[in-house]
Amino acid sequence: MFEGLKQRFHDVLPASGFCSLRAEHERTEMIRVRQNVLQPIQTSEDEGAMVTRIVGAGLGYAAASDLSTEGLRRGVERAGYWAEATARKSVFDFSRVAMPHPRGEYETPVAKAWDSMSLAEKIAMATRECERLKTDDRIADFEAGIWYARTTTLYLTNAGGEARRVTHRVYPFLRVTASEGTASQTRSLGALGICRQGGLEILDGAGFMTDGPQLTEEALALLKAPNCPSGKMDLLLEADQMHLQIHESIGHPLELDRILGDERNYAGTSFVKPEYFGSFRYGSEHLNIVFDPTDTQAFASYDFDDDGAKAEKLYLIEKGILKRALGSTISQARSGIPGVANSRADTWRRPPIDRMANVNLEPGNASMEELIGAVERGVYMRANNSWSIDDSRNKFQFGCEYGRLIENGKLVGVVKNPNYRGVSQTFWNNLKMVGDASTVQRMGAINCGKGEPNQVMRVGHVTPTALFTEVDVFGGE
Amino acid sequence: MQERFYEIADHIVARLKGDEVVILTFDGEESDFVRFNHNAVRQAGSVTQADLGIDLIRGQRHAEARLALTGERQGDRTRADALVAELRARLDFVPEDPHLLYATEVQSTEKIGANELAPADQALGAILAGGEGYDSVGIHAQGPIYRGFANSLGQRNWLSTHTFNLDWCFYLRDDKAVKSDYAGFRWDEAALSEKMKSAGAQLGLLDKEPTTIKPGKYRVYLAPKAVQEVVSILGWGGFGLKDHKAKISSLIRMTEGDGKLHAAITMRENTGEGVSANFDRMGFVKPDQVVLIEKGCFKEHMVSPRSAKEYGVPTNGADTYESPFSFEMDAGEIPTAEALQQLETGLYINNLWYLNYSDRPACRMTGMTRFATFWVEKGELVGPLNVMRFDESIYRMFGSNLIGLTAERVMILANDTYGQREVASYRLPGALINDFELTL
Repeated sequence: MFEGLKQRFHDVLPASGFCSLRAEHERTEMIRVRQNVLQPIQTSEDEGAMVTRIVGAGLGYAAASDLSTEGLRRGVERAGYWAEATARKSVFDFSRVAMPHPRGEYETPVAKAWDSMSLAEKIAMATRECERLKTDDRIADFEAGIWYARTTTLYLTNAGGEARRVTHRVYPFLRVTASEGTASQTRSLGALGICRQGGLEILDGAGFMTDGPQLTEEALALLKAPNCPSGKMDLLLEADQMHLQIHESIGHPLELDRILGDERNYAGTSFVKPEYFGSFRYGSEHLNIVFDPTDTQAFASYDFDDDGAKAEKLYLIEKGILKRALGSTISQARSGIPGVANSRADTWRRPPIDRMANVNLEPGNASMEELIGAVERGVYMRANNSWSIDDSRNKFQFGCEYGRLIENGKLVGVVKNPNYRGVSQTFWNNLKMVGDASTVQRMGAINCGKGEPNQVMRVGHVTPTALFTEVDVFGGE
Repeated sequence: MQERFYEIADHIVARLKGDEVVILTFDGEESDFVRFNHNAVRQAGSVTQADLGIDLIRGQRHAEARLALTGERQGDRTRADALVAELRARLDFVPEDPHLLYATEVQSTEKIGANELAPADQALGAILAGGEGYDSVGIHAQGPIYRGFANSLGQRNWLSTHTFNLDWCFYLRDDKAVKSDYAGFRWDEAALSEKMKSAGAQLGLLDKEPTTIKPGKYRVYLAPKAVQEVVSILGWGGFGLKDHKAKISSLIRMTEGDGKLHAAITMRENTGEGVSANFDRMGFVKPDQVVLIEKGCFKEHMVSPRSAKEYGVPTNGADTYESPFSFEMDAGEIPTAEALQQLETGLYINNLWYLNYSDRPACRMTGMTRFATFWVEKGELVGPLNVMRFDESIYRMFGSNLIGLTAERVMILANDTYGQREVASYRLPGALINDFELTL
């Protein structure tokens, strides 16, 4: 992959200033069977490169698919044009940033390679799991599928930086909708959030080949269930909801570019102020949040970020106290706030910005039985299906696919349309107990939107089940 | 780009075997992006991309792929040949697709827009000059966008359009800001200057102590940009035939129950007066109009070729997700100039944010107010309002609780740039609504 690219890049390097090339090739395949009919298999071969230059105080970018010497030369010239044109008009003197020159190689460990099974076999497997979802005439829609991406990245810099990375990602999904009259209820495998790095071995751990019939049973049960009750009560969240709660109300507010105001026109700002780092009580003492791109099975792991910074595991929040921002090399230089290696771009088309990689809640000590047993009156919710939060990441509302009442320490009846709302800091300070390692799941999202121009990012969240008190819970109509 | 696409299309068509049919699509752009913060440049760059879609068909079997084209002729041919060979091999074992439908009647079209854009650095200079003295943050995007279609039956369709889209805020402090946009085809610095002066003047309205209100039911005016957020959510699973048949549509109560909206609500996909391509990815030319909701009643679905085949109805050229691209609502009778007076006491909401369904079958949605939202008393702006969450059903906000729509509508060009710059538009009125539920 990228044969001769290094030489061609060095052939067109400018005489001075920082210059890097981030070349990327990605092949994706999506196998999807809906209502027992194979949908068109989506195969994509994407390739291109982004040139980044710092000239004087200015920073410029240029991206294209043409990786020939002439194509690279045009990219270097165009990025240089933008750097020079904006040098005296920029938010920061970018010549003050010490850009890294990384050297290394990384590849996702894979136990069972994607290509070890033929496409025909994978189609047969998805078809079989789809067929198992339809057990009742009230099942109106159902689908099963697997998405795979192999991404090869070569990052080169003008001072000898050379980092190669190959990631393998698999995302299995099952979804079933039961309907009666105008009522419908949907259940899905892990809220469509079981996204991990690895190979086909992910299917075994994800429940792709076991959980379908149970999802159908739960969708049918929800049709007959009462609405979730309203009121302030305890809330027990499964990992397939927790991951989005972490994502929206911890991950995004800690992004340093939001705190610096870059995203105020689109993704929003943050209630977190620069002076909060080091002392702000974000949550209860049970709240330990890490940035961990080193977990090789999590969805957003890597060795160097897209600006070449070395990735390492670091605490963002420790025992409830805010320690560190999700801020990259450039954002750290602009703000003076400690950050992490999180400069990431969704594809070669976009410059990197501050992003989550894997932002995880560290497990506690409580078993699932102990978590349930600690609740006198509350609701257990799983599988996110709705999310909304204000632009400073404070007032949120989430909905889940499936709920069960908890009374006197025991799970009782199923409730439909479970929703809850709250304010970030209050909510995390009401974190009462955190599940132990047996409740942890590796979750993620393939579609986190942010940035101008827009970028859709793959992020990971490894999280246990967790219990909150005094939460405003409610149901549907 | 057009020549590049047709050249590789001819190359692929010439190498088909037996009774194979091929459908080819093209998405390209040559864009300049400048994002700015505190009226200074944060990131500036250019993106050139060309994406070829290939659907190789033999009878009812077919196989699809997408390929990034480099612009280097021989290299692109070689990579396309390899991908077509892979798809051809796949046809030997994939099952027949009962829902495959593609256009067999050749309808070639071509729409080539003029380039009336300013050089990007000139536009940037004007933007920074207009923002002088303000805390200005946003993005400017400009350049040509291309969409193409070709098949082995001889059909060729092409759209090229040169557009710009400046989307920005002037911030006063914290989250109090005036959001504005200037988008179109012909860059006019005088028009930009007027827009920026107008935004600056509105900023003064925010310079008062913000009001905080309690959750409850309030009379509200949704400006057209706020209405855009509501109808965008409806476009996510509300109008598509497949979603209705799969019982997951947010408007299921309109087609299978007694759900109705206010008689003033008429919604349509108006391709004839929009900016998007008038051809779809399977070669069907779209009708000028599809009436989605007429006088409060559900009228027609958005129907993709796959849904058309699956459910035995004609297609109307909808995309895979059966979402509108040239969406419009009919105007009402309230003069926009009288919106404040008719609001009397309540919320004047310029922008909503982060909407999502909180009860999809009931078409109940939640979201936030954002940017310039004002508390109004006796028809006068009192001051800015701190952000509030709403949770409300479409059957109330555009149904039983709708007071009326404005007589004037606003044309909004979509500014989405996920993967590529979007070509879509909205033409929308403002809406005056009673008893709008605020929850947090």
